[in-house]
Amino acid sequence: MASEGTSEAVAQGSDSIMLHAQVALARDEFGLEVELACGPGITCVMGPSGSGKSTLLAALAGLATPDAGRITVGAERWFERTRGARPTIDRPVHARRLAYVFQGLALFPHLSALANVEYGMHDRPRGDRAAAARALLDRLGVGHLASRRPRTFSGGEAQRVALARALARAPHLVLLDEPFSALDPALRAQLTTLVRELARELAVPVVHVTHNLAEARELADHVIVMERGRVVGEGLPGDVLA
Amino acid sequence: MSWAPLLLSLEIALIATALTTVLGTALALLLRWPRMPGRDFFDAVISVPLVLPPTVLGYYLLVSLGKDSAIGRAWAAVTGTQLVFSFWAAVIAAAVGSLPLVVRATRVGLDSVDPILVNAARTLGARPTRVLWTVVIPLAGPGIVAGAMMGFARALGDYGATAMFAGAKIEGTPTASIYVMDELYGQRDQHVVAVSIAMTVVGVTMLYLANRLTRRLHVHRP
Repeated sequence: MASEGTSEAVAQGSDSIMLHAQVALARDEFGLEVELACGPGITCVMGPSGSGKSTLLAALAGLATPDAGRITVGAERWFERTRGARPTIDRPVHARRLAYVFQGLALFPHLSALANVEYGMHDRPRGDRAAAARALLDRLGVGHLASRRPRTFSGGEAQRVALARALARAPHLVLLDEPFSALDPALRAQLTTLVRELARELAVPVVHVTHNLAEARELADHVIVMERGRVVGEGLPGDVLA
Repeated sequence: MSWAPLLLSLEIALIATALTTVLGTALALLLRWPRMPGRDFFDAVISVPLVLPPTVLGYYLLVSLGKDSAIGRAWAAVTGTQLVFSFWAAVIAAAVGSLPLVVRATRVGLDSVDPILVNAARTLGARPTRVLWTVVIPLAGPGIVAGAMMGFARALGDYGATAMFAGAKIEGTPTASIYVMDELYGQRDQHVVAVSIAMTVVGVTMLYLANRLTRRLHVHRP
């Protein structure tokens, strides 16, 4: 469980956006019971398959409703529920300002790369969207794909477009669900560097689920280890992953 | 021989298809809603025209929309004409018979949309209606169009319900399927052959295209 001391260590300033979450969720044979605090920077969540990593991300995003808990991002309370009662706060998924890169990336196959990125920009003036989306694609090195559809992308290109799309909302929380799992080591290294740069620029909590120890060492400012729906270890990468 | 019956049937089938595509898509969406009460029963009611004798279907239409029914009286009050034995009666008879096919094909289309794409749209700030119009409907599009084509083919050939609810002739012209029967009894076989071949060509073309579109549904999986 995250202590107050750990939370402070992760936070990088009093006005930084912090994620505080207590999530309890039971489904069939599985139970998730997690408390975490993440500041700006990358928190890698590690653990074996079935340990509840993806369920945790789904709960943070609002795609799964916890049985009890509280989720706060910055000054905004996204979720609050006491066990056995209805949620007193349950901000809809669309109203949670977050970026979510799914394991399968989930690029819209019927839209071009540009339209995929523009999709998350509907609160901007219509005339600004194309230029902003193009700038994001350029920033991620895939501006040349703007008019192409996802089925023509390589694995690395698809990852970059998915990252660009996720960041289009100027998120307060970034959730990455094993986005590099299908990539070869060279491409994974490139994207790891890119994610580090983006996390530094965004200065918001980035929760990155991974199986890969090397990736966690490379990326993480903070590591959480989960087993069977519980946090069994957390701290600095050098301490936890030693 | 006259092509007027075939043209009348094409017109009826086209309008019936437009109605069933809109209604069928709405019903298919409703049937996907997991918390819908009595979903399986509702699904069975929508699908029952597939298994009912056309005469029974026609009887139900006469009872529920005939001149003594509430809807029939409302129609007469608004339009000043009777619904039964009219062009619109033929459209409704064709639509009711083809609706189950449209709903079923549309459900296949909707089921082919990967739920992760819906979740991705939601995390990108899209409200449910925007998710529906920008992700679900476009990706289910081939299934919806395939359903419309199957519905059109079915509506084009409707006989029993149309004969009972719209009569043998609409403003003096029979529909193509009734015309085939009339000509057969009149021993004018060459007319029967021509109209039958034309209807078969339209039907096979529609079903072929529907098959092709249904196959495209799986190409869109990310």
